[in-house]
Amino acid sequence: MRLRNWLAVLGALLAVLLVPPLVTSGTGTEDQAQIGNLRILVPNQPGGGYDITARTAAKAMDDAKLTSNVEVFNLPGAGGTVGLGRIVSERGDGRLLMSMGLGVVGSVYTNKSPSSLQDTTPIAKLIEEPDIVVVAKDSPYQSLGQLVEAWKANPGAVPVGGGSSPGGPDHLAPMLMAKAVGLAPKSVNYVPYDGGGELLAAVLGGKVAFGVSGIGEYRDQIQAGELRVLAATSANRIEGVDAPTLSEAGVDVKFSNWRGIVAPPGLTPAERDRLVKLIADLHDSAQWKEALAKNGWSDAFAGGDEFASFLSAENDRVASVLSDLGLA
Amino acid sequence: MDTLNLLWEGFGTALTPANLLYAAIGVLLGTAIGVLPGIGPAMAVALLLPVTYALAPTSAFIMFAGIYYGGMFGGSTTSILLNTPGETAAVVTAIEGNPMARKGRGAQALAAAAIGHFVGGLIGTILLVVLAPTVASLAVDIGAPDYFAIMVLAFIAVTSVLGKSRVRGFASLLIGLTIGLIGLDEMTGQQRLTFGSLHLADGIDVVIVAVGLFAVGESLWVAAHLRHGQTKPIPVGRPWLGREDLRRAWKPWLRGPLIGFPFGAIPAGGAEIPTFLSYVTEKRLSKHRQEFGKGAIEGVAGPEATASASAAGTLVSMLTLGLPTTAVAAVMLAAFQQYGIQPGPLLFEREPGLVWGLIASLFVGTVLLLVLNLPLAPVWARLLRIPRPYLYAGILFFASVGAYAVSGQVLDLLLLFVIGLLGFAMRRFGLPVLPAIIAVILGPAAEQQMRRALQLSDGSLTGLVNTPFSIAVYVVVLALLLWPVLRRLLPGRPGATAPAAGDTDPAGTDPAGTDRSGSIDEERTRENASR
Repeated sequence: MRLRNWLAVLGALLAVLLVPPLVTSGTGTEDQAQIGNLRILVPNQPGGGYDITARTAAKAMDDAKLTSNVEVFNLPGAGGTVGLGRIVSERGDGRLLMSMGLGVVGSVYTNKSPSSLQDTTPIAKLIEEPDIVVVAKDSPYQSLGQLVEAWKANPGAVPVGGGSSPGGPDHLAPMLMAKAVGLAPKSVNYVPYDGGGELLAAVLGGKVAFGVSGIGEYRDQIQAGELRVLAATSANRIEGVDAPTLSEAGVDVKFSNWRGIVAPPGLTPAERDRLVKLIADLHDSAQWKEALAKNGWSDAFAGGDEFASFLSAENDRVASVLSDLGLA
Repeated sequence: MDTLNLLWEGFGTALTPANLLYAAIGVLLGTAIGVLPGIGPAMAVALLLPVTYALAPTSAFIMFAGIYYGGMFGGSTTSILLNTPGETAAVVTAIEGNPMARKGRGAQALAAAAIGHFVGGLIGTILLVVLAPTVASLAVDIGAPDYFAIMVLAFIAVTSVLGKSRVRGFASLLIGLTIGLIGLDEMTGQQRLTFGSLHLADGIDVVIVAVGLFAVGESLWVAAHLRHGQTKPIPVGRPWLGREDLRRAWKPWLRGPLIGFPFGAIPAGGAEIPTFLSYVTEKRLSKHRQEFGKGAIEGVAGPEATASASAAGTLVSMLTLGLPTTAVAAVMLAAFQQYGIQPGPLLFEREPGLVWGLIASLFVGTVLLLVLNLPLAPVWARLLRIPRPYLYAGILFFASVGAYAVSGQVLDLLLLFVIGLLGFAMRRFGLPVLPAIIAVILGPAAEQQMRRALQLSDGSLTGLVNTPFSIAVYVVVLALLLWPVLRRLLPGRPGATAPAAGDTDPAGTDPAGTDRSGSIDEERTRENASR
């Protein structure tokens, strides 16, 4: 009895492992409820944002029994474009996903990547995080209006710090703000720091006039009164943060850093729909909701075509900013 | 007193059997990971994150801290025995540690490193307990001009490791600076020396450069000379530290933490620059300067104590400011957030049990590391009994695994061997290897801080000297530069001071510089004679 059970398991494993490569992709597996042997490519280092999203999603999928044995692997390099190149070259692979976000959109331009996100199959946007415009508690700027006034008068003397290199989210946000208030992006004195943590020290120490970054690492300092938030870049105010949105403060910009999932190009519509459904199911699962709360992520689900048009709009927006700067 | 009570309670948390077990697992895992080049503690913690979801936060962090401390230690083992640094923090250890091992003093070098780690970890953690709030607020005041001033000081210090021939030393330095240029310019996003390759956009990892120049270059060099006779395995000598060793090592053990801790705590500090500064300091202060480059125990003891104290410093700014200063701290910060804990100024009030349990477990971890590794030192050292062809084949194997593990790119392997060939050529022509590696570490950092400082001041040069700290450092730099001149002008003993005035004595050079250039000269004379 025991042995037969083991043989059954072994047989099932063999079937899962061997059958898909033998059967031409798509045909034999379409009616299957679950996508077995799914792999998620993470285009940055373990511990980075896309990595944590992917591993959290993989675990939630597992726990919610949507699929099993999801393998997460890292292929870091060049702001995510090395991983992007890989996903684009895996044409027609319906069992591969890539965790990505706004940062990759900009990296495609700054790294002059031969493959772009337009080459991939967009699956879904999952989460977003608004940026905040933040100053130290003893900064002379009490409101965004005062800051913008000083900024417009002499942009060079009002350095802005961000936690990402040019092309990244923290770089794009102040550039979009500059365009909205009538400053040329080229005149903005943007000082890139190595991540939100290093930027935090620079803002606390008053090294930069103001910082623009995701709220994640700053909540505690804001609560402790060490930092003052002048504005949130999102469309709506951030819960628990006493600051207006950029639009309310008179700067017409809506900006959020986001993360999502894309798949290789060349999928059949059925394959694509299956992956979109998987991520939609993930989004509806209790496990994912719990993970969102745990990590402090805001839900921003947009599946399939909706995500595709969003991605293309974001791409245009990034391209226009970076071409003003001579980077695209 | 309040702090002591809290710490006492922390020990209560850390010394429960379960947590003790997690600390031991962490330390073991960390040591194993540190030994392999390429796989750093940051990656280990990140990969373990999903596994630790089920654990209580305190246990998870005790394990992570064990991995961090263990990783810092493990890197030194391969550095000493195989000349293959497992971690960037252990690069400096190879300079003295490996010659010691080759002279049959591997066990002593390992023991000096283990005790150095113990002392560094202990002092660092005590400083963490006592100084956490003060250091944290100071860390925020350190800005780009200050960093740049420290880098200038470090570059001046480089001249003391340039080797016998200044021209060769500077050539090596320039090779390193050029390698450091490769990649995207961090400030503007422009590509430099990437030749359109995406894989080069992030630059070449320091581990690959160090392993290529040290380990692969060395293996090729040995392979090229092995047939000329001696294939005797390296002797293994006495296993324990002698009285003379202890007499020479205790001061570096105590000095190291004082250099390492502040660097760990400041935002762009890390462990590489302080270990290097510690090495230079020990070299200048040592009474056995002529031994440096040939296996001086001070050169192992100081940097290792520095490295582990800097790990403690890192935790200061992470716990009190929520400010990750190294990759490991960044990953640990992400882990804190997974548990819904926000590190920052309020953490000590909000989660005293967790914080003090973590700090107590650091003490436990350092003790565990010492207990684990001191008896193992002679065992490890026996590794060197392996006949050289096999030993160097093993080194090449581990070097390749490590280079591939850094990011899983075939190009990295290729780069490793190209850099290895470069290392071989540098040995052939008597160029010291060390300045090149230091330049790879310092060059990009110095450039970034200088440009950041100039950007913050909107292009005005005063931005480089507008803080009291930077001015103080530049005064020290000037004093160092003018010292030989001043000394010559001072009355008395002109004859005695003149040879030392060059500030690099010929004996205190890198082995790759002096020994090799010496042997090349011999070869040349032999060649000439046979003609």
